[in-house]
Amino acid sequence: MKMTKTAIASTLAFGGMALLATAALAAGADMGNAQKQETNWHAIIMFVIFVGATLGITYWAAGRTKTAADFYAAGGGITGFQNGLAIAGDYMSAASFLGISALVYGSGYDGLIFSVGWLVGWPIILFLIAERLRNLGKYTFADVCGYRLARTPIRTFAATGSLIVVIFYLIGQMVGAGQLIKLLFGMDYLYAVIVVGALMMIYVTFGGMVATTWVQIIKACLLLGGATFIALGVMYNFGFSFEKLFVKAIEVHPKKVAIMAPGALVTNPVDAISLGMALMFGTAGLPHILMRFFTVPDAREARKSVFYATGFIGYFYILTFIIGFGAITLVATNPEYLAKGLGSLDLKGGNNMAAVWLAHAIGGNLFLGFISAVAFATILAVVSGLTLAGASAISHDLYASVIMHGQATEGKEVTVSKISSIALGIVAVLLGLIFEKQNVAFIVALTFSVAASANFPVLILSMFWGGLTTRGAVLGGMIGLLMSVIMVVLSKAVWVQSFGFKEALFPFAYPALFSVPAAFFFSWLFSIMDNSPQAQAERAAYEAQSIRSETGLGAEGAASH
Amino acid sequence: MSSHGKPSAANLASAEHIRNNPKFKELVAKRNAFAWTLSVIMLAIYFGFILIIAFNKAWLGTLLSSAGVTTIGFPIGVGVILSAIALTGIYVYRANGEFDEMNRQIIEESR
Repeated sequence: MKMTKTAIASTLAFGGMALLATAALAAGADMGNAQKQETNWHAIIMFVIFVGATLGITYWAAGRTKTAADFYAAGGGITGFQNGLAIAGDYMSAASFLGISALVYGSGYDGLIFSVGWLVGWPIILFLIAERLRNLGKYTFADVCGYRLARTPIRTFAATGSLIVVIFYLIGQMVGAGQLIKLLFGMDYLYAVIVVGALMMIYVTFGGMVATTWVQIIKACLLLGGATFIALGVMYNFGFSFEKLFVKAIEVHPKKVAIMAPGALVTNPVDAISLGMALMFGTAGLPHILMRFFTVPDAREARKSVFYATGFIGYFYILTFIIGFGAITLVATNPEYLAKGLGSLDLKGGNNMAAVWLAHAIGGNLFLGFISAVAFATILAVVSGLTLAGASAISHDLYASVIMHGQATEGKEVTVSKISSIALGIVAVLLGLIFEKQNVAFIVALTFSVAASANFPVLILSMFWGGLTTRGAVLGGMIGLLMSVIMVVLSKAVWVQSFGFKEALFPFAYPALFSVPAAFFFSWLFSIMDNSPQAQAERAAYEAQSIRSETGLGAEGAASH
Repeated sequence: MSSHGKPSAANLASAEHIRNNPKFKELVAKRNAFAWTLSVIMLAIYFGFILIIAFNKAWLGTLLSSAGVTTIGFPIGVGVILSAIALTGIYVYRANGEFDEMNRQIIEESR
């Protein structure tokens, strides 16, 4: 087949951003080395169909996007089931599809550890956060933090935290997209990044949250359908017996029986726990995820959407696991897909191609094209959600609340959102180009660490602890933010691999174990030390806040729809 | 809706009402106990899994049966995923039923 002929890959490539963990722990997936392939027409045709459909939806959505509530929250008109699919669409990135299946392909059981880490944040979000967030907020999580605390400092802090998370996450996605498209479509990196940036600007600017949501829903269905098909194909080959699949995988894999248990990926207990914290609490601090609780009509639908999302994501991770083992048995045994011939696991185009080659082994060229197009669509959906979250932080939190002191008209606010989306799109494309050759493992480590260390503690404390004051929240959150950034910079992934120093000053891969408790501690400390009249008023206002957060009183019909 | 952060007088009046409603105290106590219990269960399952990986990896490699190759780690890993789905399901079932009904009554009585 055409694509494989020119493909000789050297390293683990693009999918690496979901391999964040892998990369940071196992010291470095280099995303800059994907090899350009021959033009893949099947994939391009599938992709054009997808883009055409989503642009049609955007056109339809544009007609229904008039108010700020439409733009940020789809007018609250998304059902729990649809929202659950959209959350899953936001969360199942191309990297987690290709990256986790590649990880399973390379190391077996270790891959499962990461899927689990990505998933277990959801129940916690549901039990502790979703309902209160929905009852207290309007569009962004800064609404919740700023409910009884001083508007200007807290919104500025929360919006900054959101923007940092959004921009870092965007860089990871853009670099991944560029590399992926180079591999799957045979398109130049430059054009790939520009196409992604341009499409996401169109979706978000014209269609707002309505279009973004539907792009995510369609993509989630395609991805779940495609992955199910591959997994069924694998199991069919082994008479639907896991035992037979495992026997064959052990026979083929160079690591033999070691693939059946955790291996070298997680060696250090501190890193294991810190990674667990970053994944779990980071999820609860991701602004584009939290925003999805405002797109449903009420707390009841918000809860349902988390249940559906957890189900879809969990199911998807079980599939990626079957796909990884399937690739060991069906891809690593076929010299057509291998870079160095039988006996070596190295795949043409890099090991992140495991799921893609497996799709070919099972469904031929057309299905390979389908899976490639789905992987690309996935990136579009994720960057659109991120851009919308970033634009909301700028327009709703910074512009409307901080600069205009809540006096901005809705029309103005929506205009600012649209301008911000375009600006963020341009920034994302430029950063994607600048970081093309960078190891992005640290960027993603940073994203989750900042979300877990700066956003999560302030969000939790503002909802659960009446003693929190503005000063405590801002100082504590800043300390969490700075600690997580500094520790990532001083860790091996950046200090040694990017800056070329000999020894890392911070010995662990992840800061969360240290920076999350520090953020909680300093928020508490600076709050109890604060005896200003403002702080006393803020504490006194907690009771009313808690009644609203518990019952939703005053939040019903919150968004004017 | 009223603008953020400054509850209106009408809201404050019904807030007063709600605070004095014994059903409100019951709802808050019940729901919080339930939510925290489930959270602790989830955290214990997940960090239990992580701690086994950190401190006793070999145990996860124990064979399920001497005849096969499947290790105990697989059902445990998949079990963690399924437990996350099950716990969210349990919470949503009770919250959307019992708790929402209590909440509805409380808001009704506050008007």
